[in-house]
Amino acid sequence: MAELQTIRFRLNGRPVELAVQPYETLVEALRRGFQMYSVRESCGQGLCGCCTVNVDGRAVSGCLYLAVLVDGCDVQTVEGLGTLNQLSPVQEAFVECEGFQCGFCTPGMIMMATQLLQENPDPTDEEIKHYMSGNLCRCAAYPEIIAAVHRAAEKLRAQTAAGNTPATAIMAQR
Amino acid sequence: MSKVLESGVPAGTEQGQVGRAVKRLESQAKVTGRAEYIHNLEVPGMLHAKVVRSTIAHARIRGIDTQEAKELPGVYDVITGEDILKVIPDPYYGPAFHDQPILALDKVRHVGEPVAVVLATDVHVADRATDLVEIDYEELEPLFHEVESAKSETTFVHDVIRPAGTFADLKTLQPRAKTNVSMEYHLRNGDLDAAFAKADRVFEHTFRSQQVSHLPLEPIVTLAQLTDTGNLLIHTASQSPSFVRIEVARLLGWPENKVRVRTAYLGGGFGAKLYIKLEALVAALALITQRPVRLSLTMEEQFYTITRHAATVTIRTGVTNDGRIVARDCKTWWNGGAYADIGPRVTQKSGFTAAGPYDIEAVSLDSYAVYTNLPPAGALRGFGIPQLVWAYESQADIIARELGIDPLEFRRKNILRNGRPHATGTVMEDVGTVEVLEELARKMRWDEPFDHGSGPIRRGRGLAIGIKAAVSPTTSVAFVNLYSDGSCGVYCGTVDMGQGSDTAMAQIAADVLGLEAESVRVIHPDTEVTPYDMATLGSRSTFHMGNAVRLAAEDAKRQMVALCAEQTGFAPEALAVQDGGVAAPDGSFFTYGDILARRFGMQAGNVLGVGSYFPYYKKPDATTGMSDHITPYWMVGGSGVEVEVDTETGKVRIVRLVTVGDCGKAINPGIVKRQLSGASFMQMGFTLFEEMVFDEGQVVNASMADYKIPGFWDLPEQNEVSIVEVPHRNGPFGAKGIGETGSLGLSPAVANAVYDAVGVRIYETPLTPERVLRALREQQGRVWGDA
Repeated sequence: MAELQTIRFRLNGRPVELAVQPYETLVEALRRGFQMYSVRESCGQGLCGCCTVNVDGRAVSGCLYLAVLVDGCDVQTVEGLGTLNQLSPVQEAFVECEGFQCGFCTPGMIMMATQLLQENPDPTDEEIKHYMSGNLCRCAAYPEIIAAVHRAAEKLRAQTAAGNTPATAIMAQR
Repeated sequence: MSKVLESGVPAGTEQGQVGRAVKRLESQAKVTGRAEYIHNLEVPGMLHAKVVRSTIAHARIRGIDTQEAKELPGVYDVITGEDILKVIPDPYYGPAFHDQPILALDKVRHVGEPVAVVLATDVHVADRATDLVEIDYEELEPLFHEVESAKSETTFVHDVIRPAGTFADLKTLQPRAKTNVSMEYHLRNGDLDAAFAKADRVFEHTFRSQQVSHLPLEPIVTLAQLTDTGNLLIHTASQSPSFVRIEVARLLGWPENKVRVRTAYLGGGFGAKLYIKLEALVAALALITQRPVRLSLTMEEQFYTITRHAATVTIRTGVTNDGRIVARDCKTWWNGGAYADIGPRVTQKSGFTAAGPYDIEAVSLDSYAVYTNLPPAGALRGFGIPQLVWAYESQADIIARELGIDPLEFRRKNILRNGRPHATGTVMEDVGTVEVLEELARKMRWDEPFDHGSGPIRRGRGLAIGIKAAVSPTTSVAFVNLYSDGSCGVYCGTVDMGQGSDTAMAQIAADVLGLEAESVRVIHPDTEVTPYDMATLGSRSTFHMGNAVRLAAEDAKRQMVALCAEQTGFAPEALAVQDGGVAAPDGSFFTYGDILARRFGMQAGNVLGVGSYFPYYKKPDATTGMSDHITPYWMVGGSGVEVEVDTETGKVRIVRLVTVGDCGKAINPGIVKRQLSGASFMQMGFTLFEEMVFDEGQVVNASMADYKIPGFWDLPEQNEVSIVEVPHRNGPFGAKGIGETGSLGLSPAVANAVYDAVGVRIYETPLTPERVLRALREQQGRVWGDA
């Protein structure tokens, strides 16, 4: 066994620390240390998007990203976007458009869609497909996911029009 | 009596819950990442298991050396087949045959077969130690192709084939030896020779389908532990918790009540998580170590655990010049891989539908389940039917074009109508064959001219229709519990793996009891709590479990009304159930909670309704393969596509996709629509690019890097789904299953469209650019050699 290394980072806004193996991935660390079960390993090769996590404002594949690399970073998972009673606009849109079936890929899809909408508040179908192409859904709820991204974009535009900054609009409103 | 529903338009029932666009009950749980999957489960003291797998397709095991692996710091133990024998003396399992050893004994029969298991508290340590287990093999001749293997007289995958006797329809199977054909089904209906003699033209073609992977994104996972009394508790991502319980209890010689099996939401199933997969192994490991043991497969391991049958179908059809099919003779060889899994049932259940949705004077069908040295094949969204529809609907187009008849007209002429007997002898009732075909024609605007384009990109269109018989006989049992405050829980063993069954069952119970569907709680499968259900498979749950839930809800309602009648003095017939209570003719209204409080003097008690559904079934005759009750209902699906074929690259692009399915009655129209569309996209992958590629039995593309599944870019520009409702007399509110319907017709629809575009016929899936380009070159007289 290699030596454990203690990392400190912000997880969904709160400061945390964890001793990790140098080979431990971000998926493993988030699940083992913090029960962040929205972060899921499926393909294990960074190809399906089920493990999508946001590190310092950038979506990464948690199954390929070493945990030690998030030392000092800001890490966000779906758990940080909204709660059961207070969904984020993207989460709401996924519910309204039924942008899922089995739900296993859904947190990754929502993380990716959230980042897309921060960069591009009014994406076209083509832009959505391009941006989300690294996220796979075996149930093939793709048409509903695209509809959900459009619906979320509408919600976010309404919020920014009402004076919210894009960064706060994307979170559940408490 | 049928009607075509514009998707999303609700058609209410008396209480308005069935047919309503209820949002999935688990919506919030899924979008917040909180939904429970067994994938998430960890328990204190747990050991991780990692499997050492065979690298050889067919070999005798001379020896297994585990010493070095056992010495690796952190390794708890290394287990082989010999260790399993100490807790399970006869460790062979499987739904149709008891042929699969928990860990290999004496022989390995496919690459990837589990030979040993390393246990460690750290999963990385277990993984590393698997490389240290040395296995000494004596290689045997492997068999990979189903037709070759069926004919082999010298090499056998199994020395003795042992039927399980589990299913009523396979009970009479006898053990066999010196063959790789584990089971065969034959149907003989009518005088075939006489019918062929009447034919003006006879067509014979062979079609093949490839192995593909189910590839659920939640990997197959099981965690087993001993309870304080030494019983087994198995948490498993399974589509069939009742079956797992029965099979594990059988292996151990225990009563069922000592084995508890529970599951949660599944991150996809598609048939991969059916019957018994990891459960026997993990249960044995928990018994050996007396510790909780978890085994979660990697994506690569999933490719070696279960696949969809490759199949070779030879189909000979006699037609008259005016386009009537008079005779059909069809032989199918199913590549079952090394272990039968549910292959024999696929062989029979799909086998008898090989004549298609057509009315044919004489039919002869032969269907063979064949062992090979490939990973085991099971059921995948359609139970073998898509492989058969691929053959008969591709051929339907070939025949129609040869006869100069429009492909749609040819199907119209031959379509099997209600009131007419199917090839099995079962008379068709409430089947939407005509309705689906006509809706497909309408959606495809088939009577309008179509622009085939010019230049290197050519356009074509095609359609196909398939029929599937619901698997029978199967049983579902449900409880509907009205708690002391009148709120409702539905206890059923149907596993929600994304098909929306929780929501549908809640709607059915709510409709009977006059509740809001959203207020009904559906309790997830746990054999300690939920009653028996055969399994979540074969589009059976809406019909079978839907009926059980409806009956249980009616039982609860009857009891509530009887209590209220006793309390108020009104006759039960005078009382009406609505809005979560009972209304009396004098205008008074009692909630279910009120009624129970009056009965028990305080908020207390339950009313428990029980429903059990087991449709009538008659097993096929041993000689003719016929039965007048072969299935409780039929599913009919039609697909239409418009494609673009790039004649310079062979690339096929679906630009318009139309999926039509008969669901009897849409319990939840949105969910029905998405089931149809999801199945259709999945089948699109199997049609255009998904293929497990083998080299000496090894899967060379066992990863998502090399095995591509449909993604956002594969979506057709236009995607239309149409729900047809031909209510079934025995369906709950008329409903039938829908989960596989969208899979049935797509592959031949695409091949027919490719022919329409460029005039080449493809006989094997997938329709990769290479395959299409080779066919185009051959058409031009420029045959390409193998690369």
